[in-house]
Amino acid sequence: MAEKVLMKGNEAIAEAAIQAGCRHYFGYPITPQTELAAYMAKRMPKIGGVFLQAESEIAAINMVYGVAGTGKRVMTSSSSPGISLKQEGISYIAGADLPALIINVQRGGPGLGGIQPSQSDYFQATKGGGHGDYHLIVLAPASVQEMADLTVKGFDLSEKYRVPAMLLADGTMGQMMEPVELSEVTPEPHDKSWAVTGTMGKRKHNIINSLYLNPEKLEQKNYERYERYAQIEKNECMWEEFLMEDAQFCVVAFGIAARVSKNAVIAARKEGIKVGMIRPITLWPFPEKVLAKAAETCKAFLSVELSMGQMIEDVKLSIDCKRPVRLCNRTGGMIPSPDQVLDSIRQMAKEVE
Amino acid sequence: MSAMAKRITIFAGHYGSGKTNLAVNYALHLRRAGEAVKIADLDIVNPYFRTKDSARELEEAGIPLISPAFANSNVDLPALPQEIYGLVQQRDFKVILDVGGDDRGAYALGRYVPYILEENDYEMIFVTNFYRPLTTTPEDALEVMREIEDACKIRFTAIANNSNLGNLTTAQNVEATREKAQTLSRLSGLPILMTSAQQEVARNLSCDNIFPMILQEKYYDIKE
Repeated sequence: MAEKVLMKGNEAIAEAAIQAGCRHYFGYPITPQTELAAYMAKRMPKIGGVFLQAESEIAAINMVYGVAGTGKRVMTSSSSPGISLKQEGISYIAGADLPALIINVQRGGPGLGGIQPSQSDYFQATKGGGHGDYHLIVLAPASVQEMADLTVKGFDLSEKYRVPAMLLADGTMGQMMEPVELSEVTPEPHDKSWAVTGTMGKRKHNIINSLYLNPEKLEQKNYERYERYAQIEKNECMWEEFLMEDAQFCVVAFGIAARVSKNAVIAARKEGIKVGMIRPITLWPFPEKVLAKAAETCKAFLSVELSMGQMIEDVKLSIDCKRPVRLCNRTGGMIPSPDQVLDSIRQMAKEVE
Repeated sequence: MSAMAKRITIFAGHYGSGKTNLAVNYALHLRRAGEAVKIADLDIVNPYFRTKDSARELEEAGIPLISPAFANSNVDLPALPQEIYGLVQQRDFKVILDVGGDDRGAYALGRYVPYILEENDYEMIFVTNFYRPLTTTPEDALEVMREIEDACKIRFTAIANNSNLGNLTTAQNVEATREKAQTLSRLSGLPILMTSAQQEVARNLSCDNIFPMILQEKYYDIKE
């Protein structure tokens, strides 16, 4: 179609998933992602897809597990407390080496928290979240167009590596409206010979499972999976660099925090401060190399987050703590203003030599 | 438009079609024309982007805003204040009703409909944006219109073509929807009361009954 339409972030995810061939959606409503489920409820029946409002988040993620085992494109969506409920299922999906897309439109926490935007599920998304040794591919959109594009990318990467992917958005990204161009995508063909689709008596049956009674075999599975993770780290890092060519100071921010920071970086440049920004688009794998390279020339870093400071740990690790890393943040559903970020940049430029 | 304004003006339509923006601008417009105006937020569906976002502008203009007690808070409680009955029962000022999106949002209007019909001095405006993905055609928009009417048991009386692409809207974008609006008008038998657009865009429009609006600036709009 490729014509521009005006969409909410949540709707853009839903429509992009449909365009990418997803015909199975299982979820449970929660603010601020409810429009996504509502959109699926309207669209799926019209195109022969399945929309199912499960009795709980736990049921929904296990339905995703089931469909993922058949090799079909499947997704679920929720917001922070609901994503916590899904963690057991996500760990099972990771342990069974299945592709699936999980959307987290984050809200303030911990606990029931609030319904305003937040980025405080960074640790949960990038460091596991559920039990066991595993990673999700974590994508962080910063516009409604990226909500759509990274949804498509998420399905693709997930199938390519047989690793569940998470789109880590926030309440603002979910609710804001922007023009989007959506076009039907032909899914890249990936090997699905592992799927349980019926043997027709012609082959040995496949097994989808995350239980291994033999510890040597389980260890081997984990080693194999980490080899795939190493490939993902090598091949799939995504980031955006903004005014970094001559930068002496580096802002690091993703999602809505990056949008706010961009305005602050532009304002700081007008004051003569040579500051740039690196915006990680994949949070796992984290763009470590580009940050390490920036540390060769930048005097200090500023991590801007809607949390008490979570990504800042990955910034420090990426640059081996070679340079000072500061935090500019709000939490609990609050968003730093461009002026707050600008003040932090000014202070960093003044105090770090 | 304002000289003929009915006692009650109701804005309803598809989710995200721009009802709140239009309702707030219309209230300010009536106030500037010297009318006593009150506005009520009937949205019990969406906890974001509400009339209350414009509370300061409305207060400065002297327009009382009646909104749910928990609007713009963390409490997602779908309850409406009793003062709204006062708006439809007392008749010495103009009233703007900003209804929630789709049929789900419109159910809340239903409880006030007997009073509105009894007074019979209302305009019920269907706000439509042909750039919204589920209402890109006049036929889809008509379907939403009928769903809303079924939910709140009152018929629309006019159409507002509020087609836009957010901050990036051009006059051409708006002009390009003129035919769709006319088709919707023909299919529904309702007049196009206005074509609304942000004031810079509105300046370059050539259609009839243009209604220029001021839009709220968002902190996440990138100003390069």
